[in-house]
Amino acid sequence: MIASIGLEVHVQLRTNTKMFCGCPNRYGGEPNTHVCPVCLGYPGALPVINAEAVRLTVMTGLLLGCRINLKNKFDRKNYFYPDQAKNYQISQYDQPLCEGGQLEIQLKDRTKIIRITRIHLEEDVAKNTHFGDGSGIDFNRAGTPLMEIVTEPDMDNEDEAFAFLTALKQILAYADISDCNLEQGNIRCDINTSVRPTRESPLGTKVEIKNMNTFRGAHRALAHEIQRQIREVQRGRAIPQETRRWDDDAGVSSSMRTKEYAHDYRYFPEPDLLPVELTQTQVDTWAALLPERPPERRERMVRDYGIPDYDAGVLAADRAIADYFEKAARLSGKGKAVSNWMMSEMMRLLTATGQEIGAVKITPEALAALVALVEAKTINQPAAKEVFAVLFEQGGDPQQIVQDRGLVQVSDTGAIQGLVDQVLRENERSVQDYRSGKEAALQFLVGQVMRISKGKANPQLARELLLKAIGS
Amino acid sequence: MDVNANAPASPEKIDVAYVAHLARISLAPGEQELFQQQLEHILDHVNKLNELDVSGIEPMAHAIPVKNCFREDVERPGLAHEAAMRNAPEERHGQFFVPRILE
Repeated sequence: MIASIGLEVHVQLRTNTKMFCGCPNRYGGEPNTHVCPVCLGYPGALPVINAEAVRLTVMTGLLLGCRINLKNKFDRKNYFYPDQAKNYQISQYDQPLCEGGQLEIQLKDRTKIIRITRIHLEEDVAKNTHFGDGSGIDFNRAGTPLMEIVTEPDMDNEDEAFAFLTALKQILAYADISDCNLEQGNIRCDINTSVRPTRESPLGTKVEIKNMNTFRGAHRALAHEIQRQIREVQRGRAIPQETRRWDDDAGVSSSMRTKEYAHDYRYFPEPDLLPVELTQTQVDTWAALLPERPPERRERMVRDYGIPDYDAGVLAADRAIADYFEKAARLSGKGKAVSNWMMSEMMRLLTATGQEIGAVKITPEALAALVALVEAKTINQPAAKEVFAVLFEQGGDPQQIVQDRGLVQVSDTGAIQGLVDQVLRENERSVQDYRSGKEAALQFLVGQVMRISKGKANPQLARELLLKAIGS
Repeated sequence: MDVNANAPASPEKIDVAYVAHLARISLAPGEQELFQQQLEHILDHVNKLNELDVSGIEPMAHAIPVKNCFREDVERPGLAHEAAMRNAPEERHGQFFVPRILE
């Protein structure tokens, strides 16, 4: 059996104000404090389109290689549910802003193209809170700009769906289209899944899973749903067209409604809004301001800095991290060395302290200077690690930290020779071990030199002098 | 979004019971037949437009030839919380309190 998965991804746009009124588009805040007659659905209150929301949606379309429909319009989607007060949601039905397009996703050993069907703009709905004896409605989110990205059923399994969501999030974050904060519900998706015997058979009956707000949850829900459908089919049962709800804690899905109760939204053109007619010139102006996308940046960073493809992929995944890396790499001229620090100590400390790269105390200038100190053999690797930790915690100038802590590497042959002689005297046993063929004994002796030098000796030099003294 | 769910029924015949269900209106006995007649009459009237030859006339999205009415993305004062809640049938924790919502 083969699964086919299509996604409808809802993205909250990063605007100052709501889609059709001047209320703030801001998460949090006391309930019903970002509201006005338009987003509360008062009769007679007239919506006006937020130009920035249109621009962000067109930018998304351009990033995903969509056709931009210069002429488009808004429609009413009619339904009764207390998540909005008008009994309709303003959306785009038959003339969305963007159509067609694609997104390349990164799988373990290959890439794959997922086709985009359309992207349209609509308004988000209010938030419902359920109390024991009734429900509460908070309209702060009602009317905030929501972009819906619909894909073709091109994904074969939960890993591909996960890769799609990840790649989409990267691009949206890159272009500042959305804050992409999953905890705040900035990206939510509905999943359509069906199964069929072979790739040649027609698509099976699709089941929709509503309102997934984490990528991991979507992954788990899909893994479960695909297996459920395959079991049903193997038992000779038909899959009914239905909408299901996923309970991530319990790891089960349950039916919400079947086709008989499917909504008939009676879409019609929104008479309160005028049609939108963009000019090609305007779209071209926006296109000229598109940021480099993560896959291209990854390739360019491999070329420009000579770093491995894997490292470039990790660094390019986050725009702020890639910006930081490139700045430090350009300043230092040693891309590989900077990349090594980023991939190891920086990532480790960011994760350990839960910090964002934008807020770290170690500046790209300081990292470049640290790389220069290592390159000039002023400090050795263990000392550099210590300096990095200090920079990460307190910031400052690496040169100063090296001086304050007395970390300058001892590369003076005379001084190290003294230490080597002492170590050889105190460790005759190891010297014999080495002479009788135990290679590891040499490393132990180097370690002893480093220890009595308090980490300051140049380890290469210590090794050379030891070898000279004990032969071979 | 399921586009097919919106496929219109026959444009000539109107299913009053279905439309009433969609609008969450319950009809009294006899009302269905009454509205059936009245709505069909209205549809007949509107269908007269189909007798016109409109080939070569570009459809308009709006009655007036105006487009592109946008607003800049700038915050404007809305309603104070107390004013907004004045229309609430009941309030709880600053929210509009309504009968329990079922999926």
